[in-house]
Amino acid sequence: MSTESQSHVSERSAGLNADLSADSTTAEATTHAPAATASLHSSGLTLGAVMAAVAAVLIAVSAGLAVGPVNIAAHRVGLQLLDALPAVSLDSGLSSIQIAIVEQIRLPRVALGLLVGATLSMSGAAYQGAFRNPLADPYLLGIAAGAGLGATIAITSNLGDGAGALDPVPLAAFAGALVSVAVSYLVGHIGGRSTASLILAGIAVASFLTACQTYVLQANSDAFRLIFSWILGRIATSGWSEPALLLPYFAITTAVVLRYRRALDVLSVGDEEATALGIAPRRVRLIVVLAASLGAAAAVSVSGLIGFVGIIVPHAVRLIFGSSNRVVLPLSVLFGAAFMVLADLAARTVLAPAELPIGVVTAFLGAPFFALVLRTSRREIW
Amino acid sequence: MTAAAPKSKLVRSQSPEVQFRAVEVTLDAACVLRGVDLEVATGEWVNIVGPNGAGKTTLLRALLSLVPYSGDIIVAGLQGLRQRQQRRQRRHRQDCARKLAYVPQAPVVPPGMQVSDYVLLGRVPHRGVFAGETPEDIRVVGETLTRLDLSDFAERTVQSLSGGERQRVVIARALAQQADVLLLDEPTTALDLGHQQEVLELVDALRRERGLTVIATLHDLTLAARYGDRVAIISDGSVAVTGPPAEVLTTDNISAHFGATVRIIDDPEGPVIVLSTCSKRASQAPDTPKSHNGGPT
Repeated sequence: MSTESQSHVSERSAGLNADLSADSTTAEATTHAPAATASLHSSGLTLGAVMAAVAAVLIAVSAGLAVGPVNIAAHRVGLQLLDALPAVSLDSGLSSIQIAIVEQIRLPRVALGLLVGATLSMSGAAYQGAFRNPLADPYLLGIAAGAGLGATIAITSNLGDGAGALDPVPLAAFAGALVSVAVSYLVGHIGGRSTASLILAGIAVASFLTACQTYVLQANSDAFRLIFSWILGRIATSGWSEPALLLPYFAITTAVVLRYRRALDVLSVGDEEATALGIAPRRVRLIVVLAASLGAAAAVSVSGLIGFVGIIVPHAVRLIFGSSNRVVLPLSVLFGAAFMVLADLAARTVLAPAELPIGVVTAFLGAPFFALVLRTSRREIW
Repeated sequence: MTAAAPKSKLVRSQSPEVQFRAVEVTLDAACVLRGVDLEVATGEWVNIVGPNGAGKTTLLRALLSLVPYSGDIIVAGLQGLRQRQQRRQRRHRQDCARKLAYVPQAPVVPPGMQVSDYVLLGRVPHRGVFAGETPEDIRVVGETLTRLDLSDFAERTVQSLSGGERQRVVIARALAQQADVLLLDEPTTALDLGHQQEVLELVDALRRERGLTVIATLHDLTLAARYGDRVAIISDGSVAVTGPPAEVLTTDNISAHFGATVRIIDDPEGPVIVLSTCSKRASQAPDTPKSHNGGPT
């Protein structure tokens, strides 16, 4: 197609210009092109950046598996994990209790941390790209308030007690989160379909749902502690059920959002220019926001409201590696995962045997780190 | 005003590149365009002038399907540009973007994006939004940057550039689209005299090199007369006059449609439009008919 249009153009310019300007242009282009092409590189994902992110994940996972109330050497943990692979047989030298601690307690928890961190930070990055707003986070369209209301209703109605088969709290939180996003989108579209009206609709919906939640709380003050601990978030697991629950949502969100990473770059020139470049901005935004919301709602339903990750990780990635969505989205997945595992590690060791709420840790660790990156980076990101 | 005899250059093209037929646009219950008829020949440069709010930008936006319109806009090589009739929307949008390149008046500058990435966005209509850039895309962008003397800026962010450099970068993105029609909305607004000249000379040179059709909106009537083949005055939502600059930009027309009192100074390169101040108008009055009647011979 492009070659066709090119020959078309050169044909036409030759026809229009009786003099040799067309020829001289071609000659000029061919002499200059190699140098220009050599120096031109688009700021896509570099191997170094990916390796740094993978290294961060590996370090976080090793630390998350090795550190805990029972001392287990990190290299033995590594051997034990390799041993678990099919067709590999190694002797890690761990006792059966230690093996159980690694495989039944720490590994699921690390896996959940990876999934929650990756989902929340990728969703945040996707929201920021879709709304072209640096302050957007996964909770922008009322996910936090909706999930909070759902969880509060589930806890106060005592649905959660003794039901071994299916815990209703995450289900109610998930439903609440999705309903709030749907309502925000519907209300936002009534108000003129601009991103601003959508954000305002999200604020209105969130306020309304928070008011509802407060009302329910007032009527059931005995459940206050339970609800408060849910709101502050935690990466707690009972075996593999939570990571298994979150995994499909993480997969869907990642697949959709990463597929649209280039479309989000086009969207960064605004809806009108993006349309003139041949894309449909509203549809791109709808798809990306729905995918990101689905993942965030699933993460929130499993782990409660963990704040800060969705804003801080994508921005740190932007400051260090550049602001193209081709870079920010994939790296946010990896660094978000690593960050959450380390935050959870701090949450369960700092006051051991007590646990800090993870939302406290993400802000406590994240804010100074972010300030440091902000201070040292020379990039203009927003 | 009678329709102007086309310049010899324009006679070559058989069918017009862009054709507006009774185009009407209503925005927020206000009628912005009421029956615009305009034809732009292949390789022609038409400047659209008119008072504020006359609908100049809306006309470009209608052509780009950015606003809903009634009537017909026919673009050579594009079938049925009329909105909402297209079954395969994505394909149609891509076809439009390969045909029409748009340089908006106030382009959105994406935060932190470097110049080469920004110009590469112009290749999206060719490669599709989900695919990565091809060697062909890299080659076209490299050539475009070289042609516009932007190679040294390739790795700087668009944000960090001055107004004139930024305008060149936006034009580079439009050129990378390799579209046949270049739409410029007030391309000189934020620029000083030297950069105004630089940008318009650049557009003129590129148009000759590549056989582009150019439709530009301009506020400066002298610039509109100096660059391009034809001028169209849009007034109150329709094309009031169109033709060669010297025939369209007369004191009568400018007074009627802009409400401005001007003197026209003849110049070999086109009429120069100068505002008359109220205090001097009385003394200058006898001159006015003379300059009005005088045209290039």
